[in-house]
Amino acid sequence: MTDPKDLLYGWIRERAGDERPWLDAQLAQLAAPDATERDLHMYLGFAPRRLGKADLALTPDDLAQADAARSGWDPSGWSIDGAARILGLLTYSGTRPFAETFKDLRRTSDAAEMIALYRGLPLYPAPESLHFEVGEGLRSNLKPVFEAIAHNNPYPRDHFDEHRWNHMVLKALFIGAELGPITGLAARANPELARILVQYARERWAAGRPVMPELWPLVAPFAETPEIRAELDRARAEGRTFEDLVS
Amino acid sequence: MLIDPHAHMISRTTDDYQAMAAAGVVALIEPAFWVGQPRTFVGTYVDYLSTIVGWERFRAGQFGIRHYCTIGLNSKEANNEELAEGVMEWLPRFALKEGVVAIGEIGYDEQTELEDKYFRLQLSLAKELDLPVMVHTPHRDKKQGTTRSMDVCEEMGLDPSMVIIDHNNEETVGEVLQRGYWAGFSIYPSTKMGNARMVELLKQYGSERIIVDSACDWGISDCLGVAKTAQLALQSGVPESTVRAVCYGNALAAYGQSGQMKESDWLEPPAIDQRTLYEGNSILRGGREPVIEEPGAQRRAGLTIE
Repeated sequence: MTDPKDLLYGWIRERAGDERPWLDAQLAQLAAPDATERDLHMYLGFAPRRLGKADLALTPDDLAQADAARSGWDPSGWSIDGAARILGLLTYSGTRPFAETFKDLRRTSDAAEMIALYRGLPLYPAPESLHFEVGEGLRSNLKPVFEAIAHNNPYPRDHFDEHRWNHMVLKALFIGAELGPITGLAARANPELARILVQYARERWAAGRPVMPELWPLVAPFAETPEIRAELDRARAEGRTFEDLVS
Repeated sequence: MLIDPHAHMISRTTDDYQAMAAAGVVALIEPAFWVGQPRTFVGTYVDYLSTIVGWERFRAGQFGIRHYCTIGLNSKEANNEELAEGVMEWLPRFALKEGVVAIGEIGYDEQTELEDKYFRLQLSLAKELDLPVMVHTPHRDKKQGTTRSMDVCEEMGLDPSMVIIDHNNEETVGEVLQRGYWAGFSIYPSTKMGNARMVELLKQYGSERIIVDSACDWGISDCLGVAKTAQLALQSGVPESTVRAVCYGNALAAYGQSGQMKESDWLEPPAIDQRTLYEGNSILRGGREPVIEEPGAQRRAGLTIE
């Protein structure tokens, strides 16, 4: 079992070129017992300036290794600076609880930093302690920040209760974020979400707006529950059309 | 293509963003400033800085405008020593954020001792981080305040080529240019500079190191100040190369010294930005073919000159 930290380091080091010595010196400083929060702030600030912001552009083999190291971890869309920031955070030897350090960084982050912070969720220690922080990210008005949590990230699948899960899916529809990249979408389908989605479809029809077809697979498994059956029959009687998977 | 290098968008509406984009503004700079009343907690200042490096940057991107900002403690709030001390502790953390192109706007308001103290401290920070400086010159006793600002910049060891002296007028511009600084002009009704006066200055001084901005904020101000000045200048026979320099190229050259602002940011946004922060003119979304539109293709449609 490879440590995700080692994988990250390997990928970044391969792409760091002349900045390798800088990268290694910074990581050594962050790991040292006397590392300060200021060291961490400086490293996070300089990461894109030193290493650039290009895509990591990982190979299928790299991605397979990532999934083997941490089930569901999918760094396919990660950038070099984002990956380096996450590595720095995993390397930092700070004495405060991880969630406190995370909170401090999140509160003063620019958008790219915030995206990186949330993309790293599957890799952090004490994942349950980040409950509040993840809530703040989901409430963000920055679509890419929301997507950093919702897309290609196993954290929601593994740690969200049903209420938070359902509201994440619903918010994705509202802000035009795709449902497809949500990790565990089919596995976490539930009757309450199906009810919410049918109600949402009704509101869209009433407003003369299109209904995104991707929501119907989440309704289909529960089409025979009485409440949803009644709604679907009513919709059909009104001449609404929806996916074939919901008969 | 136009750049508005001084626009307080936190005080403006989405209509303004749409109008600016339609008028050809491809990038703007939002200087940290006084929001119309004093802040009474360090925390509110910190959240304000978070907003201009975070949310406002994203908001601008939704209208196809690239947003940059400057980080600093403004001269008015430098007079609240407790607040000023607190803010100074946070500035280094914000100065290295993405898209921060200068320390600013800093300088004098009433020219008090505290204003002087924090102006100098921030000039040191700019020097340490190798960032340009945006200097706000005072509205009252402007001529002396402008001279003093430049004297202090030189005392603190700054190279004039790294300093933009803003809110100039007919009385200050000569000395600013002669001493090697960039000279900013804010097209702001009634208190600063008007379109027609600006055009006269361009005829007199040409384009070298002159920068036009709107300084639009919470007051009676015009987010199309740069666009209208450009149009009036062209109509008045000012050469196009001069107009391009003062309404676009010079701001890019001055603030580009930060390493955080490049023409390719809006001409060829990297794919990662197309997926995240910038819904600009050439954008790949949801697997659709990109819609390529000449930046500013809609500009100059129906702009009126006051």
